Amino acid sequence: MSGPLVLGIETSCDETGVGIVRGRTLLFDAIASSVEEHARFGGVVPEVASRAHLEAMVPTVERACREAGVRLADVDAVSVTAGPGLAGALLVGVASAKALALALGVPLYGVNHLAAHVAVDVVEHGPLPEPTMGLLVSGGHSNLLLVPDVTDDIRSLGATIDDAAGEAFDKVARVLGLPFPGGPHIDRVARDGDQVAIDFPRGLTSGRDLQRHRFDYSFSGLKTAVARWVQAREATGQPVPVADVAASFQEAVVDVLTRKAVLACAEHGVGDLLIGGGVAANSRLRALAQERCDAAGIRLRVPRPGLCTDNGAMVAALGAQMVMKGRPESRLDLPADSSQPVEQVRA
Amino acid sequence: MLLAIDTATGSVGAALHDGDVVRAEVFRQDVRRHGELLAPAVSDALDEAGLRMSEVTAVVCGVGPGPFTGLRVGVVTALVLALGRGLPAPQGVCSLDALAHAAHLGAAGAPGIPGPELLVATDARRREVYWARYEMTPSGARRVGGPGVGPASSLPEEVRRLPAVGRGGLLYPESLTGQLESAPLDVSPGILADLAVRLREGTHPDSATGLLPPEPLYLRRPDAVETRAR
Ligand SMILES: [Zn+2]
Repeated sequence: MSGPLVLGIETSCDETGVGIVRGRTLLFDAIASSVEEHARFGGVVPEVASRAHLEAMVPTVERACREAGVRLADVDAVSVTAGPGLAGALLVGVASAKALALALGVPLYGVNHLAAHVAVDVVEHGPLPEPTMGLLVSGGHSNLLLVPDVTDDIRSLGATIDDAAGEAFDKVARVLGLPFPGGPHIDRVARDGDQVAIDFPRGLTSGRDLQRHRFDYSFSGLKTAVARWVQAREATGQPVPVADVAASFQEAVVDVLTRKAVLACAEHGVGDLLIGGGVAANSRLRALAQERCDAAGIRLRVPRPGLCTDNGAMVAALGAQMVMKGRPESRLDLPADSSQPVEQVRA
Repeated sequence: MLLAIDTATGSVGAALHDGDVVRAEVFRQDVRRHGELLAPAVSDALDEAGLRMSEVTAVVCGVGPGPFTGLRVGVVTALVLALGRGLPAPQGVCSLDALAHAAHLGAAGAPGIPGPELLVATDARRREVYWARYEMTPSGARRVGGPGVGPASSLPEEVRRLPAVGRGGLLYPESLTGQLESAPLDVSPGILADLAVRLREGTHPDSATGLLPPEPLYLRRPDAVETRAR
């Protein structure tokens, strides 16, 4: 086991993540989540998340070091999500990373959260082919990324023009009376449902839309269509077939996600597709992506679920690659940038 | 060597205190960029004092009350600096106490505080102030009321007329009528360090209660409405 020992901090949403990586080996990934505090509000409350990050930071760093069997004094570099994300939440992580870099006298790397979602797979499946196609799907993002070099060069091919895919899962779960966060519940309920029972719309997939928004996504119309369908059903006094609605909705989402990702690979001559983000844990997305990649001769990489959701390991993994590729370190006045564009890999 | 940090008011900064005197103090005025300015201020203060991080033996931070986003930058910076150096957890000091201490130090010189009591009021945004009330004693300003948060006009009448320091009196002069000429407006990290040293050595009237856990004094709950169960 060799390479730089890097500690990565992630606080862009409601998970306080601290990961420790040596080179391309993950030593430990510690996570403290405030998701239960947000559940009663039906969504992430920024101020609640920021308070939770502050409370969790020191215990999470301590736990990561203990479990990884390293001392802070041995850390070679600190990396942190500089953006995009919730402004107040990012700020807690960025301030922590600066303090740690200052205390240890080591370089600081402010990195892009989306790039880190792609980079994390090096600890699971080895070096990334260059280029790799990245499909990121979560409650906060739905992006198709062409990644020639995850430490330096990422190009956005498309993104959602309204709701993120995970957001649509949350909203449809609410319509169906399922708990927050909706993704895992829809996935579970859908297993007993018929995915072709209801023909829900596939956003931006036909005619002019496909020309103008070739690799963009839209899930807002789908979400509305599900809500209307459920309302109409309720108006007739009949029970709502929750499993069929969940399965048909989920199919509509993963159909569009995988169809455009495979199309992007074909058009850009990319042979490797990587899926990351919380929605990558969805069993139907994994299955359909595998089927379509196999048919198209594309290698599919999906990190294990714990590395797909937001975590510190992904930030540490990207930081370690920055160090190994000799990328410039960040300055101590590094700002947290809530709308950091994906093309800006380093901050 | 004590490192003191405060981000509760319009100044962002750090100071180093050797137990006798402030060795260096670096702060900048900016209410929106605490996250960018604080770490360089710590680094610059060390340079100015000719010290290295490894010579710091204790950390204190202002724990507000103050606008939350900036306040957290200071508290988490103090926490992680202490962790990174293997030092004991930082101690917190009420940032309003540091403003009162500034008034006390001024009172030891020529200008003097007119009267035995003092009001500290700072900008809490949303047309409110953070405030606390002090009794001025020869050994320091003793907090006798607060900290609280609310519209300046909601403070008790006898409090609103007290000699006042902090930005509250500048923002709401119609309610807070005692704002002092050349009053300290924002927390000076050097003065906060001086207060912390006195609290730690037990020579300040609030020594028994003045050192706090390193947690923000939020005073307000997060704005969020719980969704009703379906
Ligand atoms: Zn994410």
